[in-house]
Amino acid sequence: MLEAHQLSFRFASGSPLLTNISLRLAPGEWLGLSGDSGAGKSTLGKLLAGQLAPHQGSVTIDGSLLPARGVRPVQWLPQSPELAVNPRWRVGKILKEAWTPPDTLIEGFGIEPQWLKRFPNALSGGELQRVCVLRALAPGVRYVVADEISTMLDPITQLSLWQALKAHAERHQLGVIVISHDTALLNRLCNQRWHLAGGSLRVSSTELEAP
Amino acid sequence: MNHQPRLLAAGYAGVLCLLVALLLSSRFWLGDTPLHMQFEARLMPPSASHWLGTDALGRELWARTLAGLSLSFWVGLSAALLGTLIALSLASLAMLSSTLDALVSLLIDTLLSVPHLILLLLIAFALGGGTQAVIIAVALTHWPSLARVLRAELLSVRHAPYVAISKGFGKRQGFIVWHHLLPHLLPHCLVGALLLFPHAILHEAALTFLGVGLDPSQPAIGVLLADAMRYLTGGYWWLGVFPGLGLLLMVLAIERFAALLRKAL
Repeated sequence: MLEAHQLSFRFASGSPLLTNISLRLAPGEWLGLSGDSGAGKSTLGKLLAGQLAPHQGSVTIDGSLLPARGVRPVQWLPQSPELAVNPRWRVGKILKEAWTPPDTLIEGFGIEPQWLKRFPNALSGGELQRVCVLRALAPGVRYVVADEISTMLDPITQLSLWQALKAHAERHQLGVIVISHDTALLNRLCNQRWHLAGGSLRVSSTELEAP
Repeated sequence: MNHQPRLLAAGYAGVLCLLVALLLSSRFWLGDTPLHMQFEARLMPPSASHWLGTDALGRELWARTLAGLSLSFWVGLSAALLGTLIALSLASLAMLSSTLDALVSLLIDTLLSVPHLILLLLIAFALGGGTQAVIIAVALTHWPSLARVLRAELLSVRHAPYVAISKGFGKRQGFIVWHHLLPHLLPHCLVGALLLFPHAILHEAALTFLGVGLDPSQPAIGVLLADAMRYLTGGYWWLGVFPGLGLLLMVLAIERFAALLRKAL
């Protein structure tokens, strides 16, 4: 169980961005996070993935803090895949930095074998995003924070990307936090729906209970 | 990707390799020709027997020019490498804390605001002249521009999402420095060093010309040009033209190569 306990985060200037955020996500569950631009969705995603340290509160998995070393069990997927990869590395090396996925999984994510020999600038945003998603599914990863990963993709590529992730998540009981402005997408994918406004979370669907 | 800069850079690299091979091998086959005096052939103009003419002591100018360029090449290379090392070390040091970053930035700004020829002269003079003094003086005055570029590059890569993601996959600091930071900095260091190289050669010649550089007994380009000054009004043009032309060609070749390499990388 991934749990955030009373997370607070403020800017370097001291003004608060997030205040007392708490949430829980069981393995295999999908949590949708929406909110206006600048509400702190990405910051919350980074806090959950251990990319940022909260000023107050903590993030735990099964009651233990996120490990300081080794593969983090919560992986963060940024919106721009171009920034998420070393531009001087070939795609094969980029994937292998995290793990060596089986060929069936590479195929399942629609990744062509010849892409592995190319540099990132020779792939489209959608193609590169698929590589980044697959890279994040390394052994030991139990939760993924998908920060607007399909915003820049066309509908067909979006569908194939989410289908591949959904299939893998179901097989491996992977918990997924989806950050998006697309409420239709969140409603379709997620069991939990949260809206971030004014630095705190509120449930955005009446049938869901607050954790 | 545009291949033209790479092809041109490869062409220049070939020409430079030939030039460097000629300069490096010259000390073996020149022997003592640059210092050999022929009093019966003093101040002879260029001819079939004296290709680039002779100086006031009857020494062959072609041999002295070649020996001078060879010496300048070594001094320039050493100063460029030392300057790049200082720039890389200080840029890396600036990454350790915000206080160190502020200190390094202040040092860079201060040194860039002082005319470097004055500093160059003072340092070379304080160190007593000679080859080592010239190398140290040029390196100490020419690292700030490169350090500023390297610091900015390090800052951008250190905060790049792919570095944060790499840490998320459990990669250690050593891996990140070796695999992400250094390969990103290497082309900048290479181009920076190559751009520093012609500067260093010119400053070595300038310092030697002004009398605080290499020993006057050494056939350095600066020494040849300083000697030529005394005879220019007498019409002995070859004494200044050929060493100057050699220096110009070498500096231009390296500078053009560095510019092309910067485009290619």
